Amino acid sequence: MPLDFYLNVIVSGILTGLIYGLAAMGLSVIFGVVRLVNFAHGEMMVLGMFGAVLLSQSFHLDPMLSAPLIALVLFVAGYGLQRGLLNRFIDRPDHQQFILLVGIAMMLVNGLLMGFGPDARAANVDYSFDSFAVGMLNLDKVRVYAAGTALLVAGLLFCFFRYSRIGTAIRACADNQLGAKVVGLDVPGLYAITFGLGAACVGVAGSLMSLVIDVRPQLAPEYTLLSFIIVIVGGLGSMGGALLGGVLIGVSEAVAGFVLLPSMKSMFSYGLLVLVLLLRPQGLLGKKG
Amino acid sequence: MLTNLFDSVTTRGKAALALFALALLVWPFVANPYLLAVGTLILWFAYVGQAWNVMMGFAGQLSLGHTLYVGLGGYVAAGLFVKLGIGPWAGIWVATLVAALAGLVIGWLGFRFGIKGVHFALLTIAFAEFTRVAFDHLTPLGGSGGMFLPVDQRAGIDILNLRGPPAMYYYIMMALAAAALLACRLLLRSRIGYYWQAIREDQEAASAVGINVFRYKLLAVVVSAAMTAPAGVFYAFYYNNLFPEQVFAMNRSIEILLGAIVGGVGTVFGPILGAFILTPLGETMTNLLEHIGITVPGAKQVFYGFALVVIVLFQPAGIWPWVAKRLRLVKGDGQ
Repeated sequence: MPLDFYLNVIVSGILTGLIYGLAAMGLSVIFGVVRLVNFAHGEMMVLGMFGAVLLSQSFHLDPMLSAPLIALVLFVAGYGLQRGLLNRFIDRPDHQQFILLVGIAMMLVNGLLMGFGPDARAANVDYSFDSFAVGMLNLDKVRVYAAGTALLVAGLLFCFFRYSRIGTAIRACADNQLGAKVVGLDVPGLYAITFGLGAACVGVAGSLMSLVIDVRPQLAPEYTLLSFIIVIVGGLGSMGGALLGGVLIGVSEAVAGFVLLPSMKSMFSYGLLVLVLLLRPQGLLGKKG
Repeated sequence: MLTNLFDSVTTRGKAALALFALALLVWPFVANPYLLAVGTLILWFAYVGQAWNVMMGFAGQLSLGHTLYVGLGGYVAAGLFVKLGIGPWAGIWVATLVAALAGLVIGWLGFRFGIKGVHFALLTIAFAEFTRVAFDHLTPLGGSGGMFLPVDQRAGIDILNLRGPPAMYYYIMMALAAAALLACRLLLRSRIGYYWQAIREDQEAASAVGINVFRYKLLAVVVSAAMTAPAGVFYAFYYNNLFPEQVFAMNRSIEILLGAIVGGVGTVFGPILGAFILTPLGETMTNLLEHIGITVPGAKQVFYGFALVVIVLFQPAGIWPWVAKRLRLVKGDGQ
């Protein structure tokens, strides 16, 4: 196989991986702060995908333009969900949180199935089949735009947590919940904001993803698992780790789909997950303990 | 030991249990084929839920990939039967052994490297999904196209080859579920059971009083995996087909543990009650929705998901402890 072919596959994997990374970042933020494992993550992502596809089909709105709108809707939904329901489960055992979120996930994905049926839909843009030629690389325009947007959103999120007052307060909650309460922070409110942000992140990732793939409700569990794998590989609670994990998984999927069989690509990801869990359970960029 | 096994159950509770057992025994005589199949399915989930409960309910290790052991059990026994002509009663031992070994590997790898809680649960998913995709590509055993067992005439009862009418399968599943109930009760009352519960409540404390936490956690995974395998063997011989997509499906893993959690994690009657609530709930919804003219795919699961949210919101410890206390079926806290 010629070298440029491999290079193209790898770069395409990196670009897709950045979108994966944004989705996983949402999961990582939620877990890192709220200590809640969002088993409805892929479902939220598919919600974002459907939002983008429907807006594109009915108003010819580019998924990149509808992304902020979807982010807003999912932020509000996530905020409400955390405030109304999930905050009551913070101190409950893992398996109860799990059941709650599985129930929510089932309602979301099957609600979509009831509303829109199992058929695949795609968001069509004029530049779907355009590409950039850089040296021997041939990059899909949609992938480049989507990956660029994912990086931008990830950067914004990072700055928010780093420099804003609310972001700092949220990090305080994550470090020490009791301490945060003692200094008078509204912990349940901050949790709600965090969950909203996580939901917005994955919503944007979903709308970007709708540029690259055909959208079906049944994709949801797959993306939940994918986000988990990425977060574990990159390191729970580490935002950079989520991006790195996303890129790794994106590349390994692309290469495995090409070298082996497309249907075997997920085996590669699971293999990677098992390896990381065994050799470096805190993840590549995660902190120990 | 056996005589006082259920001494925490009140007289009322024993009467209810006896009535329940009687109802199960006469069920094939009164039910139509569809209801008989539903009954078999309920007992199947009660059995697997019981097996899952050993790991999570007793020892506190969450497994989200129990279909791994179902699938391995099914494929090993069916493979031996189809390829080598080895009957299910011999195959079931091999199947159990293979599943136990798989549990040993996963548990060893996980606990050896100190993987706990959510991470361990994800490890179990990873292994189950990995195996599913692997079996998809395992062409000697049919791959994603599935593996089929020869369907012989169903009139006579050939218990040696697990071939017979639906009622035979129902009774076999019932016997399995009853045996699992007894075994779990015995386990819970044994030294091992107390060790497990100590680890479940507080691993560090258990370790401090001298329990070999690693060994007993590993044992829980192995016992649970081994108990699950016969359900896979049953599945293979009951449905006569195995598809990796179905038998290793993550959805099924979730269905398995939902029953046990809804019924009551850590109790021996909980998984049974849970199966008797959830499976009929799903089936009734299908029929009910068809009846009122809603045939959209997904409607059933939406209600199902809603029911889960409501149950975990209002009865987080499960329905069995609540029912048992209300109806005074057991003394104490509903164990």
